[in-house]
Amino acid sequence: MKQVFKRPRSLKDVSFHFCPGCHHGTIHRLVAEAIDYYDLRERTIGVAGVGCSVFVYEYFDIDVAEAPHGRAPAVATGLKRALPDRIVFTYQGDGDLASIGMSEIVHTANRGENLTVIFVNNTVYGMTGGQMAPTTLLGQPTTTSPYGRDFLQNGYPIRMAEMIATLEGTSFCARVALNTPANLMKAKKTVRRAFEMQMNNMGFSFVELLASCPTNWGMNPLKANERVEKELIPYFPLGTFKERKGTDHQ
Amino acid sequence: MEKRLFLRGNHALAIGAIKAGCRFYFGYPITPQNDIPEFFSKQMVKVEGCFIQAESEVASINMILGASAAGARAMTSSSSPGLSLMQEGLSYLAGSELPAVVVNINRSGPGLGGISASQGDYFQATRGGGHGDYRTLVLAPSSVQEMHDLTLLAFDLADKYRNPVIILADAVLGQIQETMVDRPYQPLELPPKDWILAGASGRDPRLIKSLYLKEGEMERHNWKLFEKYQRMKREDVRHENYLEEEAELIIVSFGTAARVAKSAIRLARAEGLKVGLFRPITLFPFPEKALFDLSQRVKRFLTIEMNTGQMVEDVKLSVARDADVHFYGHAPGSPPAPEELLNALKKVY
Amino acid sequence: MGKIIINRERCKACAFCASVCPKKLIFFSQEVNSQGFYPVEIRTEDECTGCALCAETCPDVAIEVWR
Ligand SMILES: Cc1ncc(C[n+]2csc(CCOP(=O)(O)OP(=O)(O)O)c2C)c(N)n1
Ligand code: SF4
Ligand code: SF4
Ligand code: SF4
Repeated sequence: MKQVFKRPRSLKDVSFHFCPGCHHGTIHRLVAEAIDYYDLRERTIGVAGVGCSVFVYEYFDIDVAEAPHGRAPAVATGLKRALPDRIVFTYQGDGDLASIGMSEIVHTANRGENLTVIFVNNTVYGMTGGQMAPTTLLGQPTTTSPYGRDFLQNGYPIRMAEMIATLEGTSFCARVALNTPANLMKAKKTVRRAFEMQMNNMGFSFVELLASCPTNWGMNPLKANERVEKELIPYFPLGTFKERKGTDHQ
Repeated sequence: MEKRLFLRGNHALAIGAIKAGCRFYFGYPITPQNDIPEFFSKQMVKVEGCFIQAESEVASINMILGASAAGARAMTSSSSPGLSLMQEGLSYLAGSELPAVVVNINRSGPGLGGISASQGDYFQATRGGGHGDYRTLVLAPSSVQEMHDLTLLAFDLADKYRNPVIILADAVLGQIQETMVDRPYQPLELPPKDWILAGASGRDPRLIKSLYLKEGEMERHNWKLFEKYQRMKREDVRHENYLEEEAELIIVSFGTAARVAKSAIRLARAEGLKVGLFRPITLFPFPEKALFDLSQRVKRFLTIEMNTGQMVEDVKLSVARDADVHFYGHAPGSPPAPEELLNALKKVY
Repeated sequence: MGKIIINRERCKACAFCASVCPKKLIFFSQEVNSQGFYPVEIRTEDECTGCALCAETCPDVAIEVWR
């Protein structure tokens, strides 16, 4: 018999600190698989945002820099400009990327920096205990929107992938989910594609992954997957919003 | 023969940076230092370097963090409000032990303040400025020559200590035109950069971080940083003495204020007043020992600053107990005239 | 014909694998692991096809698959 599934080489052989059923683990694996697929481990540098995923460096067997909250795209810009032949990616949550780091992500995309952004949208601030995120859905209760998000008070959830896709500098932009095996397979290909874009010097690539946070959603992991299907996907539709072909990035 | 150039302070600084091998400049426009980014936007292409006009000072400082993590010499320049925005990044740079050179062409504040020269950011520069227990090296040039020379030194010290270095100047020093000697760069002997990120090829992965959560880790890290700051105090304190022999009154002043103080001292000497100058060049580490030694001999000091009293605290902490320390503050606006300082020193002479 | 190995110490009992296994081969064990979870086990290897759906959905990368 042949081994058909094993831990990717780029993931250290340690357990994640994530809660049961947290999609951060799945996303770590997909990213590591993409790195392995293209044999990039020895020339990839990760940039960790601040959030539940700040420990990216504990899990990936690669060089990692930690960025201040929201600033990973700026840190990645500095790294990539200094090392244009290396592969650089950021790993950021929705508070990190879509709230405090909105300026950095928009301008990094707009400059068309040749790097990859892994954006984990779990509609909540995980690490700090479940506060409202810019992506929190209308009506969704969080610890700082205890009566549910109300647009008069808090505005609407931000659709980042659509927004990033409007920028000329963006070369690849997609949204995927991980709640079913079919979605997972698509996510795997999409993450791979994002790294491939960077390898081909195609410019800025962005993948938004709809993820569950069972702990702060107050649900068991299976119910959380159902919520992704029933509530997140209708508001945050899946798909590839932009994909440059060939060398038309100039 | 060494070449002589006639140029303004900000250009002297930028030429120094390129000479020191800085190939990464990230910055956001703010008066009165725009000629620095403008210079780099033109010159970096010629040396195959990188210039980015960042979306904000927050982004600039974090781009530096990235380039520095990759082992490159990187810098930014800004003026006071921009420095306020960079403080989180500076704290991360210090915590992650990354070299960086940050220029502050100090303007007046608080708030939007004004664009005139000021020394109001002394506290911000010398006390760490951002959160947590850290320091940045602070160099205070006082001439076009020093704008150049201290920039060369700043990159070396940043690498030597793996710590951000701030060059604290102001609009006068940036715009004044003077002759300077175009000195060649003679780097210090520096430790190898065996910590940079470049991809874990043939070695274990490396990590640049400032997060320490495990039991005792943070404390150890803080003491390690402390030891580094102590070493700066032992090895890299700089100051200048001017006519301090047989002086009965010592003016303590840095940067632009020290330039004017020198003129005032010449006027005072012409009137037979024995006045000298002690000019800190490193504001952190502050030349406390040299000042203390001087205060064994001279008992009267007048600190002159273009603010309402900041460095004077360090002067008071440094001198012998029986020394008198006076203060004269020149509110932001145009720099003080020598006559104004002459009057001030006469009052305490 | 397939075979899986579950790393019971890594399992956090989220039940994703059990919910996707087309043959319904995965169930919860009666004994807790060192992390305090009741990890999953495979009921019988005979019917496993080695489709790897269980491993693909595991957020904790606790399953390896042979076919
Ligand atoms: C300047 C600053 N402000 C606030 C914080 C506190 N903080 C840490 S993580 C976080 C939010 C994380 O949420 P998200 O980015 O959605 O990631 P998740 O934890 O959900 O994966 C916040 C507000 C910080 N570290 N720095
Ligand atoms: S709090 Fe949420 S995002 Fe953080 S590890 Fe737990 S489930 Fe994942
Ligand atoms: S490999 Fe497929 S059949 Fe075998 S246990 Fe896993 S999901 Fe079930
Ligand atoms: S998916 Fe993984 S963690 Fe979840 S129950 Fe199965 S083996 Fe355990």
